[in-house]
Amino acid sequence: MSRDTRLAWINGLLLPLMNILTAFAATAILFLLINVNPIEAAKTLLYGAFGYGEGIGYTFYYTTNFIFTGLAVAIAFHAGLFNIGGEGQAYIGGLGAGLVVFMLFPGLSPWLMIPASIFGAMLFGGIWAMAPGYLQAYRGSHIVITTIMFNFLAATLMVYLLVKVLREPGKMTPQSVLFPDNAWLPFVHDVLPAFGIEMERSPLNLSIVLALVMAVLVWFFLWQTRWGYAIRATGRNASAAVYAGISQKKIIMVAMCISGALAGLVGINELLGYHHRIIMNFHIGYGFGGIAVALMGRNHPFGIVIAALLFGTLYQGGAELAFEWSNISRDIVVVMQGLVILFCGALEYMYKPWLVRWLAPVKEVQA
Amino acid sequence: MSLAIELENIDKRFGAVHANVNVDLQVREGSIHGIVGENGAGKSTLMSILYGFYHADAGTIKVFDKECHFQDSHQAIAIGIGMVHQHFMLIDNFTVLENVMLGAEGGYLLAEGMDKARTELQRLAREYGLDVDLDATIESLSVGLQQRVEILKALYKGAKILILDEPTGVLTPQETDELFKIFAALKEQGVTIVLITHKLREIMAVTDAVSVMRQGAMVAHVATETTSESQLAELMVGRKVLLDVTKSDIKPGEVLLKVKQLNWQDQHGVMRLKNINLDIRAGEVLGVAGVSGNGQSELLQVLSGINPIQDGCIEVHGNSFTVKQQTNAGKMREFGMAHVPEDRHKMGMITEFSAAESAILGYHKDAELNNGIWLKPDLVEKRCLDLMQAFDVRPNDVKLKSANFSGGNQQKLILAREMEHQPEVLLIGQPTRGVDVGAIEFIHQRILDMRGAGKAVLLVSVELEEILSLSDRIIVMCDGEITGRMAIEDADERSIGMLMANAQQAHDPLQANEKQGVQA
Repeated sequence: MSRDTRLAWINGLLLPLMNILTAFAATAILFLLINVNPIEAAKTLLYGAFGYGEGIGYTFYYTTNFIFTGLAVAIAFHAGLFNIGGEGQAYIGGLGAGLVVFMLFPGLSPWLMIPASIFGAMLFGGIWAMAPGYLQAYRGSHIVITTIMFNFLAATLMVYLLVKVLREPGKMTPQSVLFPDNAWLPFVHDVLPAFGIEMERSPLNLSIVLALVMAVLVWFFLWQTRWGYAIRATGRNASAAVYAGISQKKIIMVAMCISGALAGLVGINELLGYHHRIIMNFHIGYGFGGIAVALMGRNHPFGIVIAALLFGTLYQGGAELAFEWSNISRDIVVVMQGLVILFCGALEYMYKPWLVRWLAPVKEVQA
Repeated sequence: MSLAIELENIDKRFGAVHANVNVDLQVREGSIHGIVGENGAGKSTLMSILYGFYHADAGTIKVFDKECHFQDSHQAIAIGIGMVHQHFMLIDNFTVLENVMLGAEGGYLLAEGMDKARTELQRLAREYGLDVDLDATIESLSVGLQQRVEILKALYKGAKILILDEPTGVLTPQETDELFKIFAALKEQGVTIVLITHKLREIMAVTDAVSVMRQGAMVAHVATETTSESQLAELMVGRKVLLDVTKSDIKPGEVLLKVKQLNWQDQHGVMRLKNINLDIRAGEVLGVAGVSGNGQSELLQVLSGINPIQDGCIEVHGNSFTVKQQTNAGKMREFGMAHVPEDRHKMGMITEFSAAESAILGYHKDAELNNGIWLKPDLVEKRCLDLMQAFDVRPNDVKLKSANFSGGNQQKLILAREMEHQPEVLLIGQPTRGVDVGAIEFIHQRILDMRGAGKAVLLVSVELEEILSLSDRIIVMCDGEITGRMAIEDADERSIGMLMANAQQAHDPLQANEKQGVQA
């Protein structure tokens, strides 16, 4: 194996793996401190995530959200933009999905209704992300600041809409009326029996297929089209991109739009797929989680799917942990996520010098 | 006379690169010692080891007969070694005094140290003839004066040995003369000077002894008086080098690029281009001479469409662009302009991309690479392979990261990308910066081939020799203005040097224009 391929393996596989193991080791120490046997806890976690049908369903349901937001962060990142507004874009994407459903007439065929709603989610999420994009491109306001502020704007706007405008008449809960059932995205446990497979009921719906399709499309777009080339060129070396005749402003707008559209699809998984109405705060955690997922997945769609699965597992397994162990609260999931982000993000290259020296040492070359 | 520096068997590797191979060096105290070698021969690495930036893998360093093991550059400074880097390490908005004191403030409160520093600097300036206004900010000083500040800084810290890395790269010929006078004064006071350069003429002019490096090893130590430029060149490259290029006779054709009254202001409101008028005909190379930073970069960037036109007009092959009729780099390419940028890492390529991806930069929309929406990787790689073969880029591995090619091969790949598209007008900035001698010959030949094929070439270079050997006509830029125009027959290094410094009394530009018959 040449040194370059060894390095690629170290960077692509070994390093993330070791970082995760370190994060788990740190979690284990934490468990010991609160008198929880880490091995037992790990068993509970894995059982919760993969031990029974409903758990598996939940795991993949959460994974779907993380794939969408991970891809969203990655595509902006390739353009050199740090989109931390995934939360708001997901939230507004859900609004878009719902509004389309309410606007179209209720008897419409699901074959039209669902794609239209998906389009609505992408459109709303995309526009919500393009606003900070515009401010960055034409006004020079930093995208990190504006996207995070747009998260707050989205939250406030949704509170207003759900309390004042969209609330189901005669109810106290700030949520909309139920979607007509032609706008329900089929559950996987309803679809699988057609193929002769039985599955327990869970929120897992066909959005996961959409997520995987999106992962492939994002890969194709970034590495196999001239627009993806232009985005990557801008992200890597903005002045070289300008030299090549690529308009940076246009790239910022396009990348943010696609990024927001992908984040907006969280609304499809959550609302069309499970809740079947516009509710409050369905998006919490996924936008920021997407940053960690993209980081861990090396901003590559394949890596993102794997990292999203890990985060989905932590989400579902962590919930099981909190349920089963009296001295573990649901917050432990957040701590575990935090540790994963710490070791995979902030301390990403901690082991690298050592690994390189051990596995891919520089060969003596006679000059 | 005793030895100031004695290096024995210095060896250093960076990864797979063997930067220094068993290097020996002896520099006599109070002498001016030249070190020559091509780019990448290991000169800078050797000096960085001496200055404590890098550790040698093996070998011993003796300074003033004392064996040294430098952990960092502070220790080297303490023993009396000073270094003037190629890129100055100065803070632009600090005064000269503040810059010199940096790292030697002498206490928590500045005032006391400042007084001491001022007295000391005045003494140094007197002794060595290094006159600088101590209260001027660095940004207000010319490059030549900034360099003096660097030298003062080193002397203030007690340097007895002064290492200068390519000190004349940014100077006009006149400023270079000034620098050499300072060298003489320093030498008289017993300072040892180590001069790293690739300009052989300077070596012949000022040094007492010279060491030649090639591929990390010392290949010769000679007394300057016993050698010659051509001998040194041969030692550097390891074979005979053609220092001259031969140009064929070509009759210039129609005007392909015409620039009228171009003005350009940067974001700080400084006029970078002032009333630029020029035209280039088919089959002609127009050389733009000047000290770097006098508007050449801005000229290239406005002409190539990277920066918008603010005032004036650019005509490419009959298509005119103005403030109202804006253009961009992509559009300019469509109208037959190609551009080899001055800085290949910052602009010419994307170092993290594969060679194949860098080789389509600017041409990624080409119909022949795209199949509908699909930018086909096999077509992209084929394109790159063709370019690599046409321009002898090594290694011809299209998947290799652009950063992993040598400077010369990166430059060849960029030239190939821009030239193989058969542009009408070719803008070239610093075609041979950081390129080894072998590749320089090749690149010069390709530029002349473009001329032969009836293209219009605008050549910007800080290497006067390059301008003189390739151009048909020359314009000289100083402070954003064209300070002189001349046909190649009337050009000589001396008068161009004066124009580079805008000493207009020494030259009558009108006369040159008349002689030439046309406006450059």
